Amino acid sequence: MSSPAKRALLDPIVDDNPVTLQVLGICSALAVTTSLLPSLYMCVALTVVASLANASVSAIRKVLPNSIRIIVQMTIIASLVIVVDESLKAFAFETSRELSVFVGLIITNCIVLGRTESFASKNPVGLSFLDGLGNGLGYSVILILVATCRELLGKGTLLGYTILPNVADGGWYSPNGMMLLPPSAFFVIGLIIWAVRTWKAEQVEEPEFRIHEVHRTEAH
Amino acid sequence: MLEVHKEQNIKRESVARTLLVAFFVSLVCSSLVASAAVVLKPRQVANALLDVRRNILEVAGLMEPGGDVNELFGSIEPRIVDLETGAYDDDIDPEEFDSVRAAKDPKQSVAIPPDLDLARIGRRAKHARIYLVREGDEVSRIILPVSGYGLWSTLYGFLALEPDGNTVADIVFYEHGETAGIGDFVTKDAWRADWPGKLVYDEEGRVRLEVRKGRAAADDPLSGYRVDGVSGATLTGNGVTNLIRYWLGDHGYGPFLRKVQREGP
Repeated sequence: MSSPAKRALLDPIVDDNPVTLQVLGICSALAVTTSLLPSLYMCVALTVVASLANASVSAIRKVLPNSIRIIVQMTIIASLVIVVDESLKAFAFETSRELSVFVGLIITNCIVLGRTESFASKNPVGLSFLDGLGNGLGYSVILILVATCRELLGKGTLLGYTILPNVADGGWYSPNGMMLLPPSAFFVIGLIIWAVRTWKAEQVEEPEFRIHEVHRTEAH
Repeated sequence: MLEVHKEQNIKRESVARTLLVAFFVSLVCSSLVASAAVVLKPRQVANALLDVRRNILEVAGLMEPGGDVNELFGSIEPRIVDLETGAYDDDIDPEEFDSVRAAKDPKQSVAIPPDLDLARIGRRAKHARIYLVREGDEVSRIILPVSGYGLWSTLYGFLALEPDGNTVADIVFYEHGETAGIGDFVTKDAWRADWPGKLVYDEEGRVRLEVRKGRAAADDPLSGYRVDGVSGATLTGNGVTNLIRYWLGDHGYGPFLRKVQREGP
């Protein structure tokens, strides 16, 4: 694989991750990650939409008038999301019920529109497809990590299989119910961002504002 | 070079070009969406039917993990009830009866007077398909389909009563569009577990069953009629109360259930 293609595909997984570096698309990361299975479907849905939307927008980028560029991108994304949503209802009924509105909300996921606007409208089809795929995978990595933490600590299971036997069923693990509530997704994502930025120090942002000490007299 | 580029840009940005691109993008996208909807429809309908049956079995207490839904469903007897008289109407084939279509058909439905329309559903079919669960020859549960408006959406569910026509055996909601994570408590097992054993009617025959926040004290005479609600989802809880009050009231299954109480199912 040539170097730009490789970069388009692999960079978004850690170095330019849409969730941890750009902090995009975290609303769905909070909502669907209480258990692993719906999160996996969500990852597939978003990855499919991001790659195909990128490829389609890139294919028409040379004829697309500037004045209607965003609405055309939204139309393409929305159509793809509806197709994915309908397919889930046909082939994965139970999970689609669990995901409820969140598949539809991929339309408003900033990662997808962000990539079509900033990448696909300037780059060739193949490369744009890989960029969409890469960003989808970057999102998926974080979603899977968060969902694994939450389901394991919140219920003691993974994909519904018991890993840590619950006290209620005669085991030893008392599940942490807070892991199933939205705030814990914030904490887990925060911890992941901290870990990634400790490992890749170049991702740490310059502080925009620094609190500094003032003398008591100045403060008045 | 620059001139050519500029010219191209002007051409690309012209009104005619903009309309043309918009038209073709809409055409392609709408045919994509439409064909997906048409192609996938039969599978979705089959899934929905299977899901309804699974929920009926669930509320009948017959669902076994890994059991074949259609096979288990064979033991459940669908019957058509004339809601006005409360009598069974065997002229209509329960398999053919489509409650959604009947509720929309002016000939097969009645408008609900606004002051009675607690569930905010507007019209209801004249008939309803209920399900009887039999244990041997005895009816062990009566399953009634119920629906009504919550906060955002119409909730659809099944209420199972004991053969006395007054004690709740179970309840399940299988379709709703309430707030995910808050209003969807109606599908949670923990909430469902609060229902069995609750009573519907008081001595005067009024519907007393309701969802209300806070657990009633055990010595409260109304505790037998109250199901615990959920904070933050008051309106969904009220929606459930309203649909129970409507469907079990005089305009709903009231006449049928009085008959059951007198003569048995």
